[in-house]
Amino acid sequence: MIRNSMEEKEEKNKYSIIVPTYNERLNIALTIYLIFKHLQNVNFEVIVVDDGSPDGTQEIVKQLQQVYGEDCILLRPRPKKLGLGTAYMHGLKHATGNFVVIMDADLSHHPKYLPSFIKKQIETGASIVTGTRYVKGGGVHGWNLMRKLTSRGANVLAHTLLWPGVSDLTGSFRLYQKSVLEDVISSCVSKGYVFQMEMIVRASRKGYHIEEVPITFVDRVYGSSKLGGSEIVEYLKGLLYLLVTT
Amino acid sequence: MKHIVKIMALLVALSAFWISLLQTSVLPQSYTWLLPLYFIVSLGCYGLLMVGVGLIQFPTCPHEAILLQKDIVEAKGFLKEKGVDIGSE
Ligand SMILES: Nc1nc2c(ncn2[C@@H]2O[C@H](COP(=O)(O)OP(=O)(O)OP(=O)(O)O)[C@@H](O)[C@H]2O)c(=O)[nH]1
Ligand SMILES: [Mg+2]
Repeated sequence: MIRNSMEEKEEKNKYSIIVPTYNERLNIALTIYLIFKHLQNVNFEVIVVDDGSPDGTQEIVKQLQQVYGEDCILLRPRPKKLGLGTAYMHGLKHATGNFVVIMDADLSHHPKYLPSFIKKQIETGASIVTGTRYVKGGGVHGWNLMRKLTSRGANVLAHTLLWPGVSDLTGSFRLYQKSVLEDVISSCVSKGYVFQMEMIVRASRKGYHIEEVPITFVDRVYGSSKLGGSEIVEYLKGLLYLLVTT
Repeated sequence: MKHIVKIMALLVALSAFWISLLQTSVLPQSYTWLLPLYFIVSLGCYGLLMVGVGLIQFPTCPHEAILLQKDIVEAKGFLKEKGVDIGSE
């Protein structure tokens, strides 16, 4: 009985997977292959929001459309690099599913976890399912000691000050009910890592039901990181901002 | 209620408790005076401890990196076959 109703729900649901890209020519192809491999019998679309990558990311996406069909892969480019937060909003405008998944294109978010996000959502009816690296079954590969130290420090600080109720604040591999994402994203102003934190903290303050699934995170193999600079300072500022506004 | 208000309320409650301790002198005065210091130090220790424990128990997944390499090889094979121009990295 339970199985049947689960399958029925799965059939009605449509998942829009928003993938922002900037210079991810090779990675986006691999990611899309893996998405299609792991999401069989699921109604979904991939929305690639490319910010005018000079490396020809869009060319590759067009070729992938030929392989997988133009109705399954939507290319919604923007003329220049305008940042991640607005890339999600842009993708969201074109989403036709009732659920939206947000993931990176750099293979550190492996599409093999998509079914567990979907399953968790159906089982619990959650508004948001967020991938966490810091529970049993999760993990990170490829970080040096400094990276681990800052990550742990940031996490302890955020948990002591914000009491967010989720274990991984800065991860960005998440599934949202579309209306919930629209609601939360419109009240978020931060950039970079803080943006992910703001999204989940605001959602938790608004009382949305948030569930977690373990994911593993393998640091990018190809291409280079687009975040950088004075990240720690930005993070601390963001934390303060969240303290006084949420 | 903004979160900062909650934290402030907590701090106010703690201070009120401390002041009442000072006035009723259940504990020796000299000892009570040092309590806030102990509080701050133990908070700091808690933070350092949590970071330390987090570092020692940092969950890693070297096996996943190997699996990913396999997935990449498989994906590249498929894409080449379909004529997607993924270059020769
Ligand atoms: N459309 C768009 N995508 C972006 C932009 N900046 C980053 N991205 C994409 O967002 C995702 C995450 O960016 P990353 O550079 O991997 O950021 P990160 O994961 O914090 O850093 P890494 O340590 O390099 O993995 C990737 O898919 C990028 O291609 C941008 O300005 N516009
Ligand atoms: Mg990344």
